[in-house]
Amino acid sequence: MTESTLTTTTHRPAKSSFWKAIAAVAWKDLAAELRSRELLSAMLVFSLLVILIFNFALELDIATRRSVTSGVLWSTFAFAGTLGLNRSMAIEKDRGCLDGLLLAPVDRSAIYFGKVISNLAFMLIVEAIVLPIYSVLYNTNLFQPGLLLVILLGSVGYVAVGTLLASMAVQTRTRDVLLPILLFPVVVPVLIAAVKASGGYLTGAPMTDILPWLNLLIAYDVIFTAIAFMVFDYVVEE
Amino acid sequence: MQAKPSTLKVLDVVSLILLGISTYLALVFAPTEAVMGEVQRVFYFHVATAWVGMLGFMAAGVSGIIYLRTGDLKWDRVEIAAVEISLVFFFIAIVLGSIWARPVWNTWWTWDPRLTTAAITQLIYIAYFMLRQGIEDPDRRARFGAVYTLVGAVSVPITFMAIRLFRTIHPVVIGTESAEAQGGFNMTADMRVAFFFALFAFTVIFVDLFWNRIRMGTLADKVEQLKLKVMQ
Repeated sequence: MTESTLTTTTHRPAKSSFWKAIAAVAWKDLAAELRSRELLSAMLVFSLLVILIFNFALELDIATRRSVTSGVLWSTFAFAGTLGLNRSMAIEKDRGCLDGLLLAPVDRSAIYFGKVISNLAFMLIVEAIVLPIYSVLYNTNLFQPGLLLVILLGSVGYVAVGTLLASMAVQTRTRDVLLPILLFPVVVPVLIAAVKASGGYLTGAPMTDILPWLNLLIAYDVIFTAIAFMVFDYVVEE
Repeated sequence: MQAKPSTLKVLDVVSLILLGISTYLALVFAPTEAVMGEVQRVFYFHVATAWVGMLGFMAAGVSGIIYLRTGDLKWDRVEIAAVEISLVFFFIAIVLGSIWARPVWNTWWTWDPRLTTAAITQLIYIAYFMLRQGIEDPDRRARFGAVYTLVGAVSVPITFMAIRLFRTIHPVVIGTESAEAQGGFNMTADMRVAFFFALFAFTVIFVDLFWNRIRMGTLADKVEQLKLKVMQ
């Protein structure tokens, strides 16, 4: 093999192999989770507990429910999300899996996007279970296409930043407590926009009121996916 | 040890003098505002400290990016200096603002875009120091710090816009007429002198502190290296 072909194969993998690498990383996480179910069950039970606590903290009767449902939902998702993100990166770090992943001859951003996809999948699964339970418990119909779109967009933004910060947090001494402290202040725009847009859909607000929040969510998603894509190399570099 | 550069020594003295003059202008020279009374005098230092906080915030973001591009630890020291100054001055600005807001808005605090954004910037920078504290390796500490300041520098303006979509009651003193009901006012010529002088004085103070803090970081690194040498 000549030197030029060697560099092409090691440093510039073909496009299809980039997608394959992303799929492989995501699939590895999903398969491991399918067997252990550690992460999903923890996130799910935690979400239900948070809702239970809110129920008594806020006295979720019919009158208050209308105005606070979106806030309760997003607080639940945000708290459960940090649990999942922390765990998902901690297992990589604990058993030296991250070093193994980094040794693989693929673009490092493929690892990032793979992790984002698996984290997003976990979050969406938890949300897909919490929504019907919440709907039944409080007799509110949460299955509206607009609301589902907001939840998808909000989760994408949350996970895009969360995955990046979780990979930093697990490499520190205080890793168990650090992630929410790093994540919440920078993810505030997502939470504001998501709460407002969800609340808009739930109270039947006109589309003109909801649209700015949707735009904000989309802008945040695009900007932070791009930033994380650019800086992820620096976060996993040894 | 290197002696303190004489330019920096001069700048220290100039900063002190400017701070003195600015205090005089704000507390004595500027006329008392007709509606709000004496408490309005807080405004000169409030805006000036918030301005220094902004300068530090921008300097932190920029030096974070430069560090990631160059990998030179010098820029990490610049970044940490900027973050520290920004943290302290935003805090002063928030406290001064609260002192003003209590009689004028009848509340210490309100969830207005500027107040909330300043508070969130504080939280981001506190998180920044907690992140740095948890990492031993200086290169990694610098890399993570730079990544986090970059993420913060991008998210803070978006947060500001997000909260701005709600209604705001923070007065916009320069430029608009409609803000009077919320505690806005038109500045007289003397007020303007005090105001712009405070801005100028605090900009010089910012440069002075910034320089001193970067120099301190460099010296601290040198001490660290000497310690390692002794232990070997």
